[in-house]
Amino acid sequence: MPPNRRTIAPRVIPPAVLLAGLGGLTVVSIVLFLTLGARGNWSFILAFRGTKVAAMVLVGYAIAVSTVLFQTITNNRILTPSIMGFDFLYRLIQTVLVFQLGSAAVAAFDPRLRFGIEVGAMVAFSWLLYRWLFSGSVRGLHLLMLVGIVFGVLFRSVANFLQRVIDPNEFLVVQDRLFASFNRVDGQLLAVSALVVLAVSVVVWRKTAVLDVLALGREAAINLGVDHRREVMRVLVMVSVLVAVSTALVGPVTFFGLLVANLAYLLVDTHRHRLILPVAALIAILVLMSGQLVLERLLGFNGALSIVIEFLGGIVFLIILVRRAAR
Amino acid sequence: MIEVRNISRSYGDTLVVDNVSITLPAGGVISLIGANGAGKSTLLSIISRLLPMSAGTVTVEGMDVMTTPGDVLARRLSILRQDNQMTARLTVRDLIAFGRYPHSKGRLTVEDQGYVERVIRYLELEAVAHRFLDELSGGQRQRAFIAMVLCQDTEYILLDEPLNNLDVKHAVAMMKLFRRTADEFRKTVILVLHDINFASCYSDRIVAMRNGRIAYEGPPEEIITPHVIRDVYGVDADIHEIDGKRMALYFR
Repeated sequence: MPPNRRTIAPRVIPPAVLLAGLGGLTVVSIVLFLTLGARGNWSFILAFRGTKVAAMVLVGYAIAVSTVLFQTITNNRILTPSIMGFDFLYRLIQTVLVFQLGSAAVAAFDPRLRFGIEVGAMVAFSWLLYRWLFSGSVRGLHLLMLVGIVFGVLFRSVANFLQRVIDPNEFLVVQDRLFASFNRVDGQLLAVSALVVLAVSVVVWRKTAVLDVLALGREAAINLGVDHRREVMRVLVMVSVLVAVSTALVGPVTFFGLLVANLAYLLVDTHRHRLILPVAALIAILVLMSGQLVLERLLGFNGALSIVIEFLGGIVFLIILVRRAAR
Repeated sequence: MIEVRNISRSYGDTLVVDNVSITLPAGGVISLIGANGAGKSTLLSIISRLLPMSAGTVTVEGMDVMTTPGDVLARRLSILRQDNQMTARLTVRDLIAFGRYPHSKGRLTVEDQGYVERVIRYLELEAVAHRFLDELSGGQRQRAFIAMVLCQDTEYILLDEPLNNLDVKHAVAMMKLFRRTADEFRKTVILVLHDINFASCYSDRIVAMRNGRIAYEGPPEEIITPHVIRDVYGVDADIHEIDGKRMALYFR
């Protein structure tokens, strides 16, 4: 028998310690973010930065939960919901809006209306796709993802085409909107998003035992009496709501979920969603918060966190792939 | 009693299960044998609602498997398929505990814990109970999966090639365990087997399939004959009776 890896590897951290540690670090990062380098009127700074913090907490949570759920139903730990073409649909919507109406009209839009349109379009698109394609078999799920990829490419191509023919000044406006950023979050939208995310969370939290069973795969789940098709469909809908809300709020950051979910699996070493979900969410918030902190305070940037996230996410993705191949 | 009525299943143009009707009585060990591609696994999957049928009905104790709620059926019938790959990182004990899900929905009671520990003991998995599945040998993993299904404690237990990956010692122990499960706990164990001599020694009834149909059905004395084996597998076999059990020699 090969030497037992578990005796060499550091012992698994007890769940309570892990949660407390992560929670503590998250609180520290939030406090640092709120106070570090603050000059001038406190009430303004706290309100300004507080909105950002709230947006990051919400988005980090939504991305972490949606990625873990998506990986659970697909039984695949290198997928993220972005494979279903959400990001590209978002890009297409932004481009079409500016292309059709002009950047001035788009900027004058009621943000709530635009938020509603974006979330509505993304959820409706994915729901139609599921209804149309998902037969309940594992092959059906794979087909669904493949078609999602193809649609994603289509959306991207159309968006790219429109961006070529659009006025260069307008293009700059579009491009700015396509990078995830926490700087332009609207307080009202944040409240609405928080309510939606909370509603989804209640359902998710009550279903953690079912999620544990779904992670065993289709046949084991059916054997244990779970209505696999119905539950997977529900999870898919919840995933698309979470992704749509976070994307409409700050822009596309789904790739980030890959990093977070896999870090969570690494840390908790259990199959129980009751532990995986909160750990993943805390890691997500922590990473977002410290990333933004470094970006804003240390590097003096003010803008696109998604560049850093995609860079780190890409490296982690490669490491995971290589480690799998080596195993 | 499991009643299978006019079941057909096709993949594209090929008919894998061709208008099969059979009644499997409750109690005892029933073995499904046949050449590769005869439709054994497909039939088992249809009976256990993992695969929808193209035509026909299956009832388990009068319950239609396609319309009865999954969790009701999961307390009466369990199924284990051949390849069980898992991405979730589970210990053997965690996996076996999932067998209690149909009864406790994820909240293990003391009674459930008792079931889990007993099954671990029956299958001699104590030494590896705390280990993760991906750290086990193929045979140990196979026994862990069988343990999960037994932990489900259903009247009907369907197993697709349960002896896969098992060495001789564990294969015999497993078949004895199935025999005991049937005799002492009045369960019905339905197995797909490739080793006809295991089927002969441990089954009450043998169902032989060929080309998606049921070719023969009966007690081992009637099925383990040179004629039937040539007809089902296309090989010539000598049949010897040893200690009252019929053994087929087909190695020459």
